[in-house]
This record gives sequence, C-alpha cells and structure tokens, in this order.
Amino acid sequence: MNAAAHDHDPVHDPMIPVPFRIEKVRRDLSDTFTMELVPEAGGEFAFKPGQFNMLYVFGVGEVPISISGDPADRSVLVHTTRAVGTVTEALDALKPGDSLGVRGPFGTAWPVEAAFGHDLVFVAGGVGLAPLRPAIYQAVANRDRFGRIIVLYGARTPEDILYKKELERWRGRFDLDVLVTVDRATGKWGGNVGVVTNLIARGGFDPLHTASFVCGPEVMMRYSAQALEKKGVDRGRIWVSVERNMKCGCGLCGHCQWGPHFTCKDGPVFRYDRVADLFQIREL
Amino acid sequence: MAKAKSNSIATPVLDTSGLDGLIKLLRDKGYQVIGPHRADDAVVYDVIDSIDALPAGWGAEQSPGRYRLRRRDDDALFGYGLAPQGWKRQLYPPRQKIFGASRQNGGFAVDAPPPPSPPMAFIGVRACELAAMGRQAKVFGDRDFADPGYQRRLAEAFVVAVQCNEADSTCFCLAMGSGPEVTTGYDIKLVEVVTKDRHVFITEAGSPRGAKMLKALKTGKASPADLSAAERSLRHAGQQQRRLDAAAARALAANPEHPRWDQLAERCLSCGNCTMVCPTCFCTTIDDVTDLKGDHAERWRKWDSCFTLDFSYIHGGAVRTETRSRYRQWITHKLSTWVDQFDETGCVGCGRCITWCPVGIDITEEAAAITDQGRT
Amino acid sequence: MVKPDTLGPIIDEHPFFRGIDAALRDLLTGCAANERFETGDMLFRQGDEAAKFFLIRAGTVAIEIDQPAQPPIIVETIGEGEIAGWSWMIAPYRMTFDARAVTLVRALSFDAKCLRRKMEADPVLGYEVLRRFLPVMAHRLAAARLQMLDLYGPRGAAKAAKPIKTEKAQTKSKGRNRAADARLDQAKGKKKKDGGS
Repeated sequence: MNAAAHDHDPVHDPMIPVPFRIEKVRRDLSDTFTMELVPEAGGEFAFKPGQFNMLYVFGVGEVPISISGDPADRSVLVHTTRAVGTVTEALDALKPGDSLGVRGPFGTAWPVEAAFGHDLVFVAGGVGLAPLRPAIYQAVANRDRFGRIIVLYGARTPEDILYKKELERWRGRFDLDVLVTVDRATGKWGGNVGVVTNLIARGGFDPLHTASFVCGPEVMMRYSAQALEKKGVDRGRIWVSVERNMKCGCGLCGHCQWGPHFTCKDGPVFRYDRVADLFQIREL
Repeated sequence: MAKAKSNSIATPVLDTSGLDGLIKLLRDKGYQVIGPHRADDAVVYDVIDSIDALPAGWGAEQSPGRYRLRRRDDDALFGYGLAPQGWKRQLYPPRQKIFGASRQNGGFAVDAPPPPSPPMAFIGVRACELAAMGRQAKVFGDRDFADPGYQRRLAEAFVVAVQCNEADSTCFCLAMGSGPEVTTGYDIKLVEVVTKDRHVFITEAGSPRGAKMLKALKTGKASPADLSAAERSLRHAGQQQRRLDAAAARALAANPEHPRWDQLAERCLSCGNCTMVCPTCFCTTIDDVTDLKGDHAERWRKWDSCFTLDFSYIHGGAVRTETRSRYRQWITHKLSTWVDQFDETGCVGCGRCITWCPVGIDITEEAAAITDQGRT
Repeated sequence: MVKPDTLGPIIDEHPFFRGIDAALRDLLTGCAANERFETGDMLFRQGDEAAKFFLIRAGTVAIEIDQPAQPPIIVETIGEGEIAGWSWMIAPYRMTFDARAVTLVRALSFDAKCLRRKMEADPVLGYEVLRRFLPVMAHRLAAARLQMLDLYGPRGAAKAAKPIKTEKAQTKSKGRNRAADARLDQAKGKKKKDGGS
C-alpha cells in the first residue's frame, strides 16, 4: 500500500483552518460566551446570516458554530458558543489574544431578502437565538422593506435569556415587537411563562403575508412550525435550521447526511416544506 | 485518467513480456506502479515492480459471506475476479494527514504541505472500478467544494484497465450499467487471452498518453482467434446471477418504515465491512492529535462507517442508535439519495458488500424486498 | 359593573368568541360581567368553587401553584385574547390552580352556574362553548408537555450522556441480535423471533 497521502493546497483546501485572534470575550450566560475574532493575517470576513464556521482549537478539535454577528460588519467575526463538550469547553478556556482556527463560512442562509414585503416572525429557542441574530440585524437594517418584525424568544429561565440587553434595546424600538417567554419563572420574573409556541398562537402578524425563521432544538422547531401553520402561515414561507454531525462542513465527510441532504451545505437553513417529511422519520 | 477514444485499425496485442515492459516503462517514467498481488490469502492491490508480482494462475470464489482463492487451470494473470479492496485505498487513503500545525508566538501556524507523492499507475482496473472512480470524483469535487488531493491523484493516475473475462457469483455490474465491458476512463485497456499455447493481451489506448506509452512497446497483431476469444469472454462475464433494478431501488427512501428493516437488523452485525470494501463509500472522520508537549498538532482524516454509533453523534447523543437505522442509511444513501445528491447511483454492482458481509446480506435482495419487487 | 347590553360587542371582539352567532352571544351576555384586577390580585385560587371563567381583555395572568417556604411556581402566563379557567365545566367544579394578576387585568367573567344552566337547556350553545374550549385545552396540554421537556436545558446530563446512551442503544436496539446475543438468548431458552430466515 502506498503511504498516507498528505498533499493539500493550504490556500484552496476547505479543510485547512485559517488562524484568527480573539479580540474580545463576553460571558453571556453561565455556560455561554461570545467571542469576537479577527483574521491574524488581516482582511475581512464576509458571511450570510445563518451560515456557520468550523472553529478549531489547536490540538483539541473542531466544532461547527453558527456566526452570530452583524453581516454588515466584515471587520470582526462573532461567535456565540455554549460550552457543552470537549472542544466547546476548550474554546471557553481561551482568552483575548489567543488564537483559534476558522474554516468557513459554510452552509445556507436565512433568506432575508425573500421575506421582503412580508411580516417577518423570528422564533428562537435557547441558544437558537444566536444563529438568528445576523438575520435580525439584517432585517432591522432593512426595516422599511418589511411589514411587522416580530421576535418571539423562548428561554429556559430568566437567567438563560441570551443577548438580554440587545433584546431590551430592540423591544424599546417602536417598529419591533419582541416577546420573551420562559419555561420556568425564577426570581422576580414578571414576564411570560410557557413555551414559545404560546407566543406564536397569540399572533400579531398577517399569516397570509408572513415569513418565519425558526431556530432552536429540533423538537421546538417542529412544534413551532406546526403552530405557525395552524395560524395560517404557509410551510413554504417557514425556514428552520437543522443540526446534524457536521465534521467537514463542505459535504465531503458524509456525517451530516439527513435524507438526501448534506446538512452542512444543503442546510443548515432549510425551507420547511422541503424537510417537513424528514422530521417525521425517526433516526433518519 | 482520460476519456476513451476509438481508433486503430489493426488491433495490437502485448505478450506477457510486453506487459512486463509496460510496467517497467511506467516505473521509468516516475510512476509508482500498483497492481494485483497475492497476499494474506487474497488478492490485494499493492506496489509491484514486474509481472512476477501478479497472481498468475490464481482465481477466487466469491459468494455471500465467502471469498476463497483457488488455483486456476490456466496461467491467467488477471483471473482472480475482484480484489477485496478497490482503488479508493490508493486514491483516498484510509488515513490522510490533512495538516500539521505548530505553536508560534501565542498562536499557531499551519505547516507548509509536504511535496506531493509521485503519480500512480494502476494495473488491472475493472470496469466497475472505473465507474467507482467516476462516482467518487463527483463526490470529491463535482459541486461547491473539492478535495484537491483526490482530484490530483486521480488526474495523475495512469490507468491500465483489464476487462473481466468471467463474473463472480456476486457481480451485478451489468444491471448497474457499469460493466463488464471497459468503455471509458482508461489510458490503456487490456483484454487477456490465455489458451494452452498463447497468452496475450489485446490492447487499446484510451488517451494520448496511453497511445504514446503503447508506441514505445513492442506489440504484435491480434489474430482472429484472439478477437473471438475476447468476445466470448465478454459474453461470459455478462452472465451474472444477480441483478438490481436501479430505477426501482430509488423508492428505498420512500420506505423508511418497511418491516424488512427490522428483519435486516436481526442479521446485520453493524460491523461496517460493506462500507470499507465499497468502492464508492467516501465517509471519513477526523482525528486531532498533538505531540506530548502540545506544541505540534496534526489533523488526520480516516475512513469512517455509517454503521458506527458515533457517526451520527450530535450534542446529546447519536441520531441513529439502532442497527436498522444505520443499515437503512447505508443502503438508502447508496441506491436512492445518492441520486438526489449526484444524479447517479452510488452503486456500481461490484458485489463486494455481498462477499464481505460476514452474514451474507445481499444488497440486491434487500433492495428488491424493501421496494416490493416481488422477490424475497 | 357595566350594563349587560354593552358587553355584547366586547364578547364579539374577543378572539375566543369571535364569529359566534348573535343569538348565542346574547345568551352568553346574560351570564357575563366586566371585571378589573389590580396587580397582585387573585382571580381565583386552587380549591375555590369554580364559579367563573375569564376572558382576558388586557393584562397578564399567572397560573400558579403555591408551595410552602418557596415562591409559587408559575405554570404559565395568560394574556390578552386568552381565557382563564375551565374547572367550571368539570364536576365537582373546583379551581385546579391559582390565578394571579401580574399586571392590571381587565377581563370579562362568566358566571358558571348561569352558563351551565343555559348550556344544559340549549345544546347548541353548549356545543358552541365546548367547541371553543376544546382547542384551547388541547393547546395548553401540548404546551405543558413541551414545557416539561426542558428543551433548552443541558441535553442528557451533559458529559455523562454519551456512554449512557451507548449502553442504552445496545440493549434497546432492535438490531441487537449480534450473534452472541442470539446464542445467549437461545441458551436462556428464549424464543427466537420469527422472520428473518
């Protein structure tokens, strides 16, 4: 047998990470943090809302993390990560000035432009708000192109509300509706208690002219899509973001297959009517 | 590898020393020549330096869950049917170093890539194996992202194809449209003719570099008997016991809850042999390693199998916990969703998954049963 | 209290009774009253006689369970356009939870005895009211189940999850008849499943 091959072009190979330096780290929640990164070699980073990067911690490994910054700001790359495994915990241990590797951006985007002329309803659950944030930024930047813009957000407890300050700022605007609900009220919480689908049921949008972007745990997305349909929103105008085992990010490794789709490049953002049937198949 | 081109009026033949000359010539030109070789009671593709390495006079019996070498009653060099491992081992090695990186002033830098390995020449590529290379070439570069390593190795490879003269019991290339006739994708095509007193290879160039190479060799002319023997052999190779209706198998994806999946799971050991021998299976996983000091890191890509539990792991657990789901993923991808992804089937009909399944699960039988084609 | 004849339009406008037949609405109006609760007021308490149900017109109501030595557990919050209370339909007509006004709450209440009597007497009204309650109850049940899942919590007890899941998968998998398993089962005298041969 011939020896292991190792012949990759470091410029064009999608498998080679590019070093980025951590500029800032902000702790959002007890286990969730947001990093701002800049390329060590200089230059900009362009992406579309909903896309993700593979983040590489030197010698430890790599994880797919969605980009959560403003797509209009190419000078900095923003990632919000929840520390739940070896690599994300290693990411959590990094400090400003440290380096990490970035491959990407990969995957499909929230079709913000396709929603022009409609009411736009964001439905987020837990850290699922992070992949939606770039789309919210983009929608707000094009505020006059939409009817109502509604952000519905479900969190575990009031302490688990991500981007709290930003949500408050958005809620302070006269042209955005921001509704937050928690599964479990704690402390002096005076807001909504219950699942995010309750907020969908309350409406406030014109279902016949509504586009909706849904992101959160898969169960939450399935029931949210169902609640939106029940309100009269067409499945062809609902988009969801699906998580599978993305290892290469570019359709070469096969791990993230979901029915006919490579989640990493045909997704993560899928139009709901194209995948609704797949959601029904167990262990697909 | 290059496209075939029909040409030539008088059909040239190489004798065994001519074939040896081809191997030597390829080596002289800087190719690493890889061909069939008998080792570990099987035929494997390995580095060879002359025709002496070829498995002269060896054949193989293949049936579900069974592979045995046996002596042939002639001295055929390519009479061993299909070797257990196809050429993906060469084109997409089981372990590939993706990069090395070193710590450097607080950060890290990716090492300069090592010089590329020499180009390879493959001796004895079957029609179904050529088809498999085409399938993988599409996976590794047809769409948005390419694997530069695979593309380079394939583009550089000099392909000497050998047409099958007989079919194994597990073969069904005819049904999949990928054989037994070698029609495209080769630099030189050989058809072995072996009788009591004559041993030659009817030869055809499929590319300019193939033609150039042949010109440098001493060739004879094919006799009418050679040509009719070749025709007979091709017919013989087309007599296959198994068939698979590729169009009907598309319906696998529409039958995720067929009771047959449970019956299959009763037999399937989830060992992943089928994925390892399949010439189109391309899944890999990643290993990140460091040296003891932690100053140097490497990333390795290794073949992986959708039959492992970890394959579908996402935060919280594996998606496909049951054997039925994993087998379903494999065969459905191979015969159905592959078409959605790449506009062609992922199966070339080589039958290796049947031969090398320890319990003899037969992909043709299962596909027919699950898509209700009236076979069991 | 507002005079009954001004309540009709309020009923008409509330999503819960939207589109109801005018004659049935007039029957409802006779049992209705306008109410207002200041922040912290209780709409009802667990164990109370279920004498009313409420159409919330404005404000937020917390459905709660009281517990000793701890703040009450808020099960869910109910807002404008929604209803509070359905124990009035189910004997022995006792409230199941506490309901507290989180903000100033304006509501329309319906007298349970009055409504039950009219519903008994007029099955069309009875069916109409039940037909509108049932989807709300189904939605609340589904929502309560989802809420129980703790979807945003750490999945499967974080790091311990992986091996545990693996073990479970091996013992529960339908494909578990790895040869060894099958032999073991046979040795134990277990009956082998039919099919597959």
